[in-house]
Amino acid sequence: MSDVVEKTLTALPSLLSLDSQPGSAKLSSTSKLGNLIRGITELTSKHEEEKLIQHELSSIKEQVSSPNTTMRQMRELMVRAVYCEMLGYEASFSYIHAIKLAQQGNVLEKRVGYLAVSLFLNESHELLLLLVNTVLKDLQSTNLIEVCMALTVVCQIFPKDMIPAILPIVEEKLNHPKEIIRRKAVLALHKFYLIAPNQVQHIHNKFRKALCDKDPGVMTASLHIYLQLIQENAEAYKDLTASFVTILKQVVGGKLPMDFNYHSVPAPWLQIQLLRILSLLGKNDQRTSEVMYEVLDESLRRAEMNHNITYAILYECVKCVYTIYPKSDLLEKAATCIGNFVLSPKINLKYLGLKALTYVVQQDPKLALQHQMTIIECLDHSDVIIKREVMELLFRITNAQNVTVIVEKMLDFLRLSKDDHTTVDLAGKVAELAEKYAPDNEWFIQTMNAVFSLGGDMMQPEIPNGFLKLLSEGFDSEEEDRKLRLFAVNSYISLLQGDPSKLPQRFLQVICWVLGEYSYLKDDLEPAVVLRLLTNLLDMKSSSSDTRSWVLVAMTKLCWSEAAVSVAQQVAETYSSSFDTTLRQRAQELQHLSRDSHLYSRVLPPGGSLEPVEVDSSLSFLDGFVSEALSAGAAPYKPLHQRQEELSRSKALSLEPYGLSLPISTSSCSITDRQSPTLLSTSSGLSGDSTDFSHRGSSTTLKLDGVKRIWGREGYLAQKEPVEEVAQVEIPSPLRPPGQQGDADSCHSKTPTPTANPEGDREKQLLASSLFGGLSSQSSMCLMEKSEPDIQRFGRKAKGQRTSSTPNEQRSNPSVSSTSAVDNLLCNNLPETNPEPIDSSTKQTFQHPESLPVANGACDAEAIVSDDDRKGRNRPVSPEERVEADESCENLSLTSHLPAELSGFSHSEIIPLYSNQSLALSACHVQTDNTVVLVVFITNSSEDANLQMQVLSEELEACCVCESPVGEVRGHSVSVRQYSLTVKRPVVHFELVGRLSYSLPAGMLQSMQFSYKLPLTSFIRPLTVSTEEYGSMWLAFSHDTKQNLTLIEEEREPLTATLNALRKKLSLHIVEIIGVEGLVACSLLKDQPCLMHCRVHAGRLAVWLRSPVADLPDCLLYHCQRALQEH
Amino acid sequence: MMRFLLLFSRQGRLRLQKWFTPMTEREKKKIIRDMTTLVLARQPRTCNFLQWKDLKIIYKRYASLYFCLAVENQENELLALEVIHRYVELLDKYFGNVCELDIIFNFEKAYFILDEFLMGGEIQETSKQMVNRSIEASDMLQEDDSSEWYEVELFG
Repeated sequence: MSDVVEKTLTALPSLLSLDSQPGSAKLSSTSKLGNLIRGITELTSKHEEEKLIQHELSSIKEQVSSPNTTMRQMRELMVRAVYCEMLGYEASFSYIHAIKLAQQGNVLEKRVGYLAVSLFLNESHELLLLLVNTVLKDLQSTNLIEVCMALTVVCQIFPKDMIPAILPIVEEKLNHPKEIIRRKAVLALHKFYLIAPNQVQHIHNKFRKALCDKDPGVMTASLHIYLQLIQENAEAYKDLTASFVTILKQVVGGKLPMDFNYHSVPAPWLQIQLLRILSLLGKNDQRTSEVMYEVLDESLRRAEMNHNITYAILYECVKCVYTIYPKSDLLEKAATCIGNFVLSPKINLKYLGLKALTYVVQQDPKLALQHQMTIIECLDHSDVIIKREVMELLFRITNAQNVTVIVEKMLDFLRLSKDDHTTVDLAGKVAELAEKYAPDNEWFIQTMNAVFSLGGDMMQPEIPNGFLKLLSEGFDSEEEDRKLRLFAVNSYISLLQGDPSKLPQRFLQVICWVLGEYSYLKDDLEPAVVLRLLTNLLDMKSSSSDTRSWVLVAMTKLCWSEAAVSVAQQVAETYSSSFDTTLRQRAQELQHLSRDSHLYSRVLPPGGSLEPVEVDSSLSFLDGFVSEALSAGAAPYKPLHQRQEELSRSKALSLEPYGLSLPISTSSCSITDRQSPTLLSTSSGLSGDSTDFSHRGSSTTLKLDGVKRIWGREGYLAQKEPVEEVAQVEIPSPLRPPGQQGDADSCHSKTPTPTANPEGDREKQLLASSLFGGLSSQSSMCLMEKSEPDIQRFGRKAKGQRTSSTPNEQRSNPSVSSTSAVDNLLCNNLPETNPEPIDSSTKQTFQHPESLPVANGACDAEAIVSDDDRKGRNRPVSPEERVEADESCENLSLTSHLPAELSGFSHSEIIPLYSNQSLALSACHVQTDNTVVLVVFITNSSEDANLQMQVLSEELEACCVCESPVGEVRGHSVSVRQYSLTVKRPVVHFELVGRLSYSLPAGMLQSMQFSYKLPLTSFIRPLTVSTEEYGSMWLAFSHDTKQNLTLIEEEREPLTATLNALRKKLSLHIVEIIGVEGLVACSLLKDQPCLMHCRVHAGRLAVWLRSPVADLPDCLLYHCQRALQEH
Repeated sequence: MMRFLLLFSRQGRLRLQKWFTPMTEREKKKIIRDMTTLVLARQPRTCNFLQWKDLKIIYKRYASLYFCLAVENQENELLALEVIHRYVELLDKYFGNVCELDIIFNFEKAYFILDEFLMGGEIQETSKQMVNRSIEASDMLQEDDSSEWYEVELFG
């Protein structure tokens, strides 16, 4: 078929004469459009074209605005206007007329009108509002063609805000007797779902009806919606698996009408859509997967015909087989399929084969081994796209043994790459590999140098930041750190002595920082020499002002010798009058510091000491100031991400370019803060900010897979073993000379058996052995290694003692230590408790040490009560203490008034809020499983009183639980009010303000105010999730915050100790502790989760919190910090 | 989901553009420029796929005309290639031995055919007969505007 078309199209030149050719009957060569087009083809210059079109446009403009133009003529004019726009000339005057044509024309004219509108306007154009009525009218028309046109245009462009206006009518069309209308309606609803999902929520059951439509076309259309829905939440649609499988069976079995065949393959589009849905449903779900094994097998078997479309189906099948719960014989067939693709002489199939290999290589590294020779041939392929795909594949199979070869290949590719997007992506990947697997310092620095110079200034800022962080934080041994830094300094000095003008700005900035910080390590290097080299950078024309700032800051750090000072002062002189304010600022700093050696040694102590600066990131010392400012009417602080969100919503200018411009002056603090936890770094892309992540949208799917695997599912992987053995059976490859086909292992055992092959093959084989080194010995074990989130930041780290303990040991530790902690608690406290009957609730606390501890302020309820116990009962009581004891007695008596349904839960200390001679108010809060209840005790010590109480808070929702707010309080008794609290907006401390008005029968109305504070931690509940769930939740959450916290000093397990302390104080749930990383989860009451990722790094605990709720990470972080400080 | 479809000549002249997601004029111009330079620079006997930002570009040349389709990353490349091919078949069926000139002079028809074939970035109708029937039914109006019998033709 395509041959026919191509032949016809080649015959084109002869058609240009436009004579009575058979096909030219339809060419409206005599029409005005025809004239215009012919006119344009005759022109020779762009300038002439411009003139002609402008002339044309002005004539169109004249005619459209003339009242005598008929709709028929208008149609023709619109076509010409569309043509002019397609050539890139604006015809905005015609937009309104296009809408008019759609409104007023007959069906044919309307069609052109709608077309012109959809080509002219975009979704946010204001004129589009004028179209709404027309669409509405046409949707209700009795003429089916008009309805079709309206549905088409709705699908193409429709203002989002106006969807509710037409939604009911479109919905109605789902019941239309004609299937073409139903189908278009389904597609329109799909479109609505994409642009405004919550507006179509209510018609989900109608989608089900569409899925069961008797017309296969309507059913096919509904699958688009289902694919989308299942992508978002597969769990909710598991029940449909059997239906999808049945449909696929019927399609594959050829039960559909012939109309749906494409090149005698039954409904390929439908098949592929179903396969994609099935793979989503069967992912990580053995039971669901089992339902589809049979039909997948059938599909693989049936798709045998040698045509592109069957390959497309096969490819989708293979992906599905590898995504769902594995089944060995299917995997075997899929592997054969991938093999056929990779070995195919057709380049498109080869490309897909490589893609499929990349997709499965983490599950099945043996498969890559089988095809290593093909892969190596593709490395030298003339098509850069194929090469690019090989890079991706190599990236996935990299390990400590083959890293140098693979990185070299990737750098080679980078040197030739012209595409910015590829460059950025690949540079990030090389940097990631270098950090993970670098064999030695020299290699690491040189590789990073290559990354910086090739990646240029488009590179992700995370790469230079991460690199500097790595240098500054160091590793296990001081000596190694020193060597690495020294090597970097040496390398940069020689770079600067060469021709630095070719280096990208980012790289220069890195160089400046490193030289400023570490050039003292090189004994024979005079700072003045470095300063002179740096001065050259200042003089270079190509240096940006950012870079110059970095240079000046580096100089500031270096001017501690006599000679250096004089150089520095010269520079400072020149730049202290710069027009650039940042530069001027830096120059001033330099000037002052270089003059005053005393000040200098205070600000920048000699030897570049690396004491991390203690930062109280919660800025608690400012609390007073803040509350003062707030009460004076200042706007509350919004965290960065919230501001950015608001900014982007209001489409303001992006602030991004300013992000990096300020060089770091005194410490590496701000660099270290930008740290990204390692768990994302195994993904194919760069680990980016969460915002970044969500922006990249569709590219996240592959990453998800990568990340999923990190969290290890041992059972899953272990089951793979037998499969891999089967897969080892080699497909005889015509591309490989005989003799090499033997055991796959021999090819990469580093000593290739000498064979009588030509030299070229020999080289390739050598390359193969280096590229695929370490892959065979790994098999499934390597997967385990790879899946460990403990990414080696640097090769040497593997030697550290931390990794020596097995994960099992570590995992068992938290439970051991937590139970022992519980034991301690019981031992310490039980003997001291008095068997006092009133003390029921206190005892509760002790008997259920696992129940939720209620925190008051930041202290533990348990601690408070046990303190009270000790003070109040077991010792002779001193006069001052007696008062306290009385108070606690009073509290205890109030405790007995706690509502019965709350007595099972622990409560906070009862705090007196207010009292006068007649009334006393006290309150406490009780944490139940899914809410927090504020209990207010009203002690009336005089006669009966009428009272009314109101509790308000900005951040909390307080609703009265039992009685009405108005009520009578009997004399000389205690009355209790309960308020159930829910969080509107998380803050560090919630404050409730209450107003109580009461009237005694004798007196007049009196009112008073009270306030009650409770910490966020009262609302935090442990969230029990599996590691796997944690992984997928992590990616879904957008609000995050990062911080380094102090570790609890304990010799053996500082991480476990710290996390346990946090768990006890904040009632978090520890999901898993893996090596130096810990996963912790909690939620704000029932439904607002917050995840915490902790990693021990350089003696500190790097935590990264993520949550779907804005502010929650920040607030929780504050409490974590407090909890650890108090420890 | 498909994002856009462009038809352009060997000289890089745009013949047809279809955008399935909202896009500003500026973005459109940039994409058109990028696509023509990228695709026209491809050597013969290379594969029909490209990566552009986060999209997959699938292109195919039919005589002097390039068809260039952008799809989201998880889509099936081979299938997208068949989408292009089916569109060419549809054009061929309608025009009878289609050539670039047919598309130049009757570009609005080419759009109508496309609208019957794809809708909102998804495949709507894969049957050649059905697409043609809808298009021809609408075309009949040109000669005769009485609306009874063509509906029978189209929806019968």
